[in-house]
Amino acid sequence: MTTKLVVGLDGHASGEKALAYASRLARLIGDCELVVAYIVEWSPFSFQTAEENAQRHKRREKEIDTAMERVVNPAVKHVTDSGLKARGLVRHGDVSDTLIAISKAEGAEQIIVARTSEGGFAKRFFGSSTSNLVMSSTVPVTVVS
Amino acid sequence: MNYVQKALVAAAAIAAPVSAVAQEAGSLDEKVNAAFASVTGPFVNLIFAPFPGTSFPWIVMWLVVGATIFTLYFGFVQFRFFGHAIKLVKGDYSDPNDAGEVSHFQALTTALSGTVGLGNIAGVAVAIGIGGPGATFWMILAGLLGMASKFTECTLAVKYRNEYPDGTVSGGPMYYMKKGFAELGLPGGGFLAIMFSIFCILGALGGGNMFQANQAHAQIAGITGDYPGWITGVVFAVVVFAVIVGGIKKIAQVTEKVVPFMGILYVGASLIIILMNYDQIGAAFGAIFAGAFTGLGVAGGFVGALIQGFKRAAFSNEAGVGSAAIAHAAVRTKEPITEGFVSLLEPLIDTVVICTMTALVITISGQLIVNPETGLYVLNEAGTAIATVGNTSGVALTSAAFGSAISWFPYVLAIAVVLFAFSTMISWSYYGLKAWTYLFGEGKASELTFKMIFCVFIVIGAAASLGPVIYFSDAAIFAMAVVNIFALYFLMKLVRRELNNYTRRLKAGEIKAYVH
Repeated sequence: MTTKLVVGLDGHASGEKALAYASRLARLIGDCELVVAYIVEWSPFSFQTAEENAQRHKRREKEIDTAMERVVNPAVKHVTDSGLKARGLVRHGDVSDTLIAISKAEGAEQIIVARTSEGGFAKRFFGSSTSNLVMSSTVPVTVVS
Repeated sequence: MNYVQKALVAAAAIAAPVSAVAQEAGSLDEKVNAAFASVTGPFVNLIFAPFPGTSFPWIVMWLVVGATIFTLYFGFVQFRFFGHAIKLVKGDYSDPNDAGEVSHFQALTTALSGTVGLGNIAGVAVAIGIGGPGATFWMILAGLLGMASKFTECTLAVKYRNEYPDGTVSGGPMYYMKKGFAELGLPGGGFLAIMFSIFCILGALGGGNMFQANQAHAQIAGITGDYPGWITGVVFAVVVFAVIVGGIKKIAQVTEKVVPFMGILYVGASLIIILMNYDQIGAAFGAIFAGAFTGLGVAGGFVGALIQGFKRAAFSNEAGVGSAAIAHAAVRTKEPITEGFVSLLEPLIDTVVICTMTALVITISGQLIVNPETGLYVLNEAGTAIATVGNTSGVALTSAAFGSAISWFPYVLAIAVVLFAFSTMISWSYYGLKAWTYLFGEGKASELTFKMIFCVFIVIGAAASLGPVIYFSDAAIFAMAVVNIFALYFLMKLVRRELNNYTRRLKAGEIKAYVH
């Protein structure tokens, strides 16, 4: 049975470290697939204007396309080019909750994320999000420094 | 001039400290005011015309009968599905794969930001000033009944919205009138949609704009001292212009985030004041119930209380008006009726909770002067409204009531009023724009024209005195309700079909919660 590892990317250098570590682990495991995930931070309980709501579906599609194009697809290509199996996905939601949900849905053995990065994803992961992930995850979490 | 109009004239008159700024601000304000009053007069008289031989405005009966019929037709949906509505807002039934789309919570809070505002602060004070505390009882009743109206219109708004290829959506009464009537094979849907759109544009310019600008100016002037209203109007117009034309979304986004906290702060302060005077809560509710049926000496008796209660409730929660349906239409759901369930919470939060808080604070504060011998309220010199300490009315009465318990709160209230006014303007600019684009087509030039007109009316609203502005605001918004409720009578069978279908599947376990 194929072992699955979920890798959380942030679009920065630290995310690449997580991907590099996951790739190394995948080689050691052998039959392994990397699920490369990018989470767009989003809360259903935020406050929006009527105009933002009307545009929301369009923006969501654009956010997914942009994340796939700029972050996820290049990472997946990098991994598959090296002979490993990998799949990419983009989800909206709370970073730690969504990574945990993905790990459950995929039946993953482990979640691998980077500890720090600069801006963007880093702010979300730095501190509470990483802690939440480590505290709440039902599978082992590796935090790459 | 009918009773209501006379009463409102009196309200405007005793609002002198509030509106004095606009009235005394010089020739420009006076000219704007006079021209505005003469132009809008006939429209206002038509909407507020009383039943022959009575002082009861037909429009009030129209709203109440509509809300009652929807309540009965859907078997008290507001109570049966209240718990389910809460679960929907919590996201229990939201598919995780749809994360990133507009949630029920977001659609609800966006619609609420358009309704929670001056209606809850100034409107309630006007109702109590004229109709006495008894108006609160009728306001709550109207709020509870209005939940069914809101349910009906918001379900239809999602069901019949337009989804464009680029992923954006446009929805609202004009869309369900046209498509719903066509589906039923009925004529006239297109005509009703056009009528609604015209009134919606007027409502956006009136209650959603001029009334807000007017009362925001009154609040600012109350703190800084007299100055011409058009100055506030120009400042507001520039900021609104920056948001809706300039696309500076940050301002609107910040407002949208601050306004809910101001709402919570307002309710929190109200609760503190009510608890500080816990020994008077019983008496306040006593005055509300007794006043509802006797008037407690208020001009117009219990009918006056009833009219004011129903009117201000409708103005505040906009149930049956169709405005919020435009906001709710943006939600992404496979089940249109779920948005109907969520929307029925809106009149509850707006009217039954927040308006009642304002009413209790005013009643408890002792700002309404009572004759100690008779226990009845003392009327002002004109005999058309309750005399208050310092002759305040409208937002100034609410401010004085809060100030009597928490001395610094009027300053917080002033900030809240300005923010509420701004937030309501942004919401209504969108509602008006949707009606405008329905009539004149979507396109940059068309949209810019409406947005420019909207900004001009901010200046007019801030410069005009309270009387003509409040007449016009009420009339335009109620005119929307005339068309909307008329259409809902024909379309409600479509909603019942949805309701029966959904209820059956919910009971059969076909609709499952994702969170348990």
